[in-house]
Amino acid sequence: MNQKNILEVKKLNMMYTTLEGNVNAVKDVSFEIKKGSSFGLVGESGCGKTSVAMTLMQLQSDNAKIVSGNIIFNGQEMVGLNEKELRKIRWGGISIVFQGAMNAWNPVIKIGEQIREAIREHYPENTRSENTNKINTLFKMVGLEPNVADRYPHELSGGMKQRAVIALSLSCDPKLIIADEPTTALDVVIQDQILKEIKKVQEDLDLSLIYISHDIAVIAEMTDYMAVMYAGRIVETGKTKDIFKNPKHSYTRMLLDSTPSIIGDKKMLKSLDGEPPSLMDNFSGCSFAPRCPQPSDNCSSGNAEMGLIEVGDGHFADKCCVECG
Amino acid sequence: MKKNIIEVKNLSKYFEVSRGIFQKKSIVKAVDDISFFIPQGESLGLVGQSGCGKTTTARTLTLLEEKTKGSVNVYNSKTNLLESIDNLDEDQLKEFRRNIQMIFQDPYEAMNPRWTIKDTVKEPLLIHNLGSPEEQEEAVKEILKTVGLTPPENYLNRYPHELSGGQRQRVAIARALIMKPKFVICDEPTSMLDVSIRISIMDLMLELARDLGVSYLYITHDLAVARYMCNRIAVMFNGKIVEIAETEELLKNPVHPYTKRLISSIPVPDPTYERKVYDINFDEIDSLIEKHGSDKPMIDIGNEHYIATHDVKGLI
Ligand SMILES: Nc1ncnc2c1ncn2[C@@H]1O[C@H](COP(=O)(O)OP(=O)(O)O)[C@@H](O)[C@H]1O
Ligand SMILES: Nc1ncnc2c1ncn2[C@@H]1O[C@H](COP(=O)(O)OP(=O)(O)O)[C@@H](O)[C@H]1O
Ligand SMILES: [Mg+2]
Ligand SMILES: [Mg+2]
Repeated sequence: MNQKNILEVKKLNMMYTTLEGNVNAVKDVSFEIKKGSSFGLVGESGCGKTSVAMTLMQLQSDNAKIVSGNIIFNGQEMVGLNEKELRKIRWGGISIVFQGAMNAWNPVIKIGEQIREAIREHYPENTRSENTNKINTLFKMVGLEPNVADRYPHELSGGMKQRAVIALSLSCDPKLIIADEPTTALDVVIQDQILKEIKKVQEDLDLSLIYISHDIAVIAEMTDYMAVMYAGRIVETGKTKDIFKNPKHSYTRMLLDSTPSIIGDKKMLKSLDGEPPSLMDNFSGCSFAPRCPQPSDNCSSGNAEMGLIEVGDGHFADKCCVECG
Repeated sequence: MKKNIIEVKNLSKYFEVSRGIFQKKSIVKAVDDISFFIPQGESLGLVGQSGCGKTTTARTLTLLEEKTKGSVNVYNSKTNLLESIDNLDEDQLKEFRRNIQMIFQDPYEAMNPRWTIKDTVKEPLLIHNLGSPEEQEEAVKEILKTVGLTPPENYLNRYPHELSGGQRQRVAIARALIMKPKFVICDEPTSMLDVSIRISIMDLMLELARDLGVSYLYITHDLAVARYMCNRIAVMFNGKIVEIAETEELLKNPVHPYTKRLISSIPVPDPTYERKVYDINFDEIDSLIEKHGSDKPMIDIGNEHYIATHDVKGLI
């Protein structure tokens, strides 16, 4: 493992078993995250972003199974660890802001007590006043008044609940935070405040960040590096700036062309017609072929070879789509 | 000059709410003295944070809520006149409901889960008693094609829960458009959808404006979406419209602090772009509005760019 990396994911494959068949939600996913950097994961809903996040935390649902691959956090292989070993890394090493977490607070317990419980689990030797101080510090960090600790979830606005979720995710001093669509249900001004808060916390605590969103504009704001996911696979990855400047995969281009902006000349947007393929089928060849604007013969005949090739310094894209042009 | 499809003057909608059994009732001014007009074939964006009164405005204009004060005049294609929505008789009400339609944020809420897509889309025709059953079925197929649900036969007998969010929103649009309305009020119609589907629905609506002359009041909290959809934008804050201007003018030369704040909070799909930071305390804006009078008309600072006057006195 490269000392500069906090996380390395190698050829990760995960599937869900369902009555209808197997859902291959994570396919050959590889990426690494440099210490202190932010990494974005973007793609349409259903492409597997949350599945990647949950697999990294090893909190995937019961019908999920890691088929193969490695997750190396801070030099330690996580695949195959038992629950007790995992618990040490979870929250204290990697923590997550779940998609929809702000609506998952227990309604009958005060916010502060719920955070206290998480800290107590991780630091059983802490005194009560140490934990109270810690909660106050966390709240200050995310822009909440200390008295919010004594309130119940329903007494808080959406934005405040989400700030409290971020405080919770920081409560066991993680090194890496995964934020899964933390602003999706919020309105733009609140979203802006939360994004700023996350950035500030990341810098102040020198954290690494995985930021998940279906909105490529938010990824542009938040991340140094990014990966574009399509049908369970990473189809393009590299520095965020490079990908926006010089997208190589037609899916990435289509995402960019379908995102409205308030700056620059007003331009017509292109819609991205069709839907991603079912993750149930084991298609051969390129999963993007049915939606590709200019598939090569190889691609449309289903013979395309999949896999990332380097197209620039640290910039990788699917071989098939680079050839399709 | 183009005729207006709607003219709204000093419209207010207050709600009486009681915060506890023993407490006095208090009044929420959800919509507080707003005025605007929309020329035929154009669309006006209504933007602002959640809770600022956008939905209440829409519900008041479509008579789902009774207004507290003010006047609303809507174009009647039969008489070729702008007519007040007050005291409509039954026939006029029917005509009104034909000309003005609403598309909701969550299409699921507005649909009966036990009705097939065919019945859902056809219902307005039944209510208005338009056409024979065969003609109605043809009209349903035609409109499903228009909104991109093709072939329509694949959708007619399905139920709302069997469709994706994007498909359901298309059904809602089909249902709204089957009456060939002149004016459609859209309340965040694409905010629950993926970007990819969002554009095809927005393009569809723009196409209908071009081809059928439909006008829109397009409600959203996302200025980037409003820019794509609308000729002009009205910015709403705490029940009041604080600024209205042509879209590009508003984005280039925002005047009201709230508009500036809203613009500065929109993420930009360009990692090299440095957004201007414009932090402002909303309570401060609110107290200035109170202090400098909120009941005065807006003023035109040129280019038909209107701002609330409390702002001229207080903040510029
Ligand atoms: N517990 C589960 N069982 C079966 N399929 C699942 C489960 N969770 C997610 N999926 C499927 O896995 C795919 C990826 O889902 P997800 O990771 O949630 O995508 P995203 O976060 O990008 O929207 C989808 O097709 C989804 O339906
Ligand atoms: N039926 C109602 N009774 C009482 N208050 C209401 C009602 N409907 C809306 N409000 C209040 O009016 C204000 C504006 O709400 P709304 O029009 O839904 O805003 P928006 O659509 O911009 O989010 C809010 O403070 C809301 O709580
Ligand atoms: Mg997800
Ligand atoms: Mg609303």
